[in-house]
Amino acid sequence: MSAMVHAGVGTGESSPGRIATRGLDTTHGTVLYLDDISVSFDGFKALNKLSLNIDVGELRCVIGPNGAGKTTMMDVITGKTRPDAGTAFFGQTIDLTRLTEAEIAQAGVGRKFQKPTIFEHHTVFENLELSMKADKRVRKTLFASLSSEERDRIAAMLARIGLAGDADRIAGLLSHGEKQWLEIGMLLMQEPQLLLLDEPVAGMSDEETAKTAELFLSLAGRHSLVVVEHDMAFIEKIARKVTVLHEGTVIAEGPMAQVQKDARVVEVYLGR
Amino acid sequence: MGPISSAYSRLYGAKGWAALGAAAVVLFLVFPLLNLVAPASSPFHVSAYWVTLIGKIMCYAIVAVAMDLIWGYAGILSLGHGLFFALGGYAFGMYLMRQIGADGQYRVNMPDFMVFLDWKEFPWQWWNSDQFWWAMLLVVLVPGLLAFVFGYFAFRSRVKGVYFSIITQALTYAAMLLFFRNATGFGGNNGFTDFKRILGIPITTPEARMALFAITAAVLIGTLLLGRFIVTSKFGRVLAAIRDAEQRVMFCGYNTAHYKLFVWTLSAVLCGIAGALYVPQVGIINPSEMSPANSIEIAIWVAVGGRGTLVGAIVGAGIVNGAKSFLTQAFPEVWLYFLGLLFILVTLFLPQGVVGVLGQIRDKLRVRKLARTQPAKAL
Repeated sequence: MSAMVHAGVGTGESSPGRIATRGLDTTHGTVLYLDDISVSFDGFKALNKLSLNIDVGELRCVIGPNGAGKTTMMDVITGKTRPDAGTAFFGQTIDLTRLTEAEIAQAGVGRKFQKPTIFEHHTVFENLELSMKADKRVRKTLFASLSSEERDRIAAMLARIGLAGDADRIAGLLSHGEKQWLEIGMLLMQEPQLLLLDEPVAGMSDEETAKTAELFLSLAGRHSLVVVEHDMAFIEKIARKVTVLHEGTVIAEGPMAQVQKDARVVEVYLGR
Repeated sequence: MGPISSAYSRLYGAKGWAALGAAAVVLFLVFPLLNLVAPASSPFHVSAYWVTLIGKIMCYAIVAVAMDLIWGYAGILSLGHGLFFALGGYAFGMYLMRQIGADGQYRVNMPDFMVFLDWKEFPWQWWNSDQFWWAMLLVVLVPGLLAFVFGYFAFRSRVKGVYFSIITQALTYAAMLLFFRNATGFGGNNGFTDFKRILGIPITTPEARMALFAITAAVLIGTLLLGRFIVTSKFGRVLAAIRDAEQRVMFCGYNTAHYKLFVWTLSAVLCGIAGALYVPQVGIINPSEMSPANSIEIAIWVAVGGRGTLVGAIVGAGIVNGAKSFLTQAFPEVWLYFLGLLFILVTLFLPQGVVGVLGQIRDKLRVRKLARTQPAKAL
């Protein structure tokens, strides 16, 4: 609660600090703070002193050639991989290097995988039900039943991701693009502060891609988003600020136009 | 619909409840009447042999349902469930041994094997073992605690798949070796036998047998309904999601280790209860119940009946054990070959088991019927 008060008074910063960040202390307008993160696997440095700040409500695109460390970075943020060195904070107070995957998700970080990962044997409705923000402890889940308000929320999300007519379909039968959207819907049901999206438009048609761009732009502001993508047309459509990774470290950061002119970026990535 | 009636309809539909009711009538009414009231000369008389056999198979069916909960729903294949069954059996067996009193071979108020080993007093494991309530407690606590501690470390360390199966197999094997030792205090390789009474009531009378049979039937039905309650709850959907995509479940904010630990421990407790019901009906418990092959057989029952259906587990336990009791008498040497062949055939041709195939046939008939009446819709 105090976080909200601080956010207003704090540094006198304008809108970003006041965006709905329930329970998360974002006094200085930063939702994600990575500093000097290093991860190595058998001597190979996947991340090398990586530092990255994401502001509240920001939509950040992360690009970089294969093996630049994009997925490892997401693994560190979501607790799947522990960094060898460095600090990772969610808001002002939540140390991501000390929490489990489940705790980080509970704290408000949602993650979409590169390959759409949904519950293939459950219905579309159940996929959203399981991911919905709720008390996710064993005892509560054993005796949980959906309230009508929760049903409405699921129905609204089904409409939003264009699957209103597919509530009772088995999710494994959806098309690739539909699965991508379902996974995005599942993320949003978690009501995360920060969304990490790994190649969200891979395998989507042009029309679906355009719709996804629209969706992300509407989410920015209410959520903070980090999008990893290879699709440059898509990035140009949504990007405000782009971070370029190479060999586990940030080599350029700024507006798309500026990054595209950067000599090193051209050399390692765009020029190829 | 009130909350209670909606809970009923959540577990089973009208047909399911009717089938369950019919099973209850047969088990609690028809069977006792044909055994106790029908004269032995009547062709409808059910002999003690059948009462014991079906009682025994019902114990196995409880184990099968417990196995299906963790394997069919949570995707955890245990190859050590025979251990929990045996521990429940031993826990209750101790009480049964104490109930023999001074009627053993040596006419001393002590189990025969202890007299034979020249023990003067009961070892610590036997503390309070003459108390029925204490035995009941051990039946639940011993398998439950072992499963909890084992599961806590295994799931916390994220031991999965075939590694988990192999460790459970090793666990039951190690326990078997431990129980073979006389010094462990449970009768060594002979185990416990020669039971005479429960709560002072002789257990070999037809009425006592039938009472044990009825209790077993009640526990089996209760286990099935408890299982249905779990798998139709949100918890059950989380379990199945863990089976299919555990990482996604974690990133949804669920602590999957807690979910697995809960259902794993519950499964072990159910096996313990089944073992406690088994021992007085079959009249013996020894370390061979912990042999690795026994635990593998449990998985075969479930595979044959159909994973992830609960009722399939009961069907599978019935089919395999029915065939076993027939074949081990008629052609004792072919039993193991038959079991191996059955497992191969089911894996190759019936991956969803007997119940799964019946379901597929039903769906096909439904589509065909629909095609006849509403050709356009079926397409």
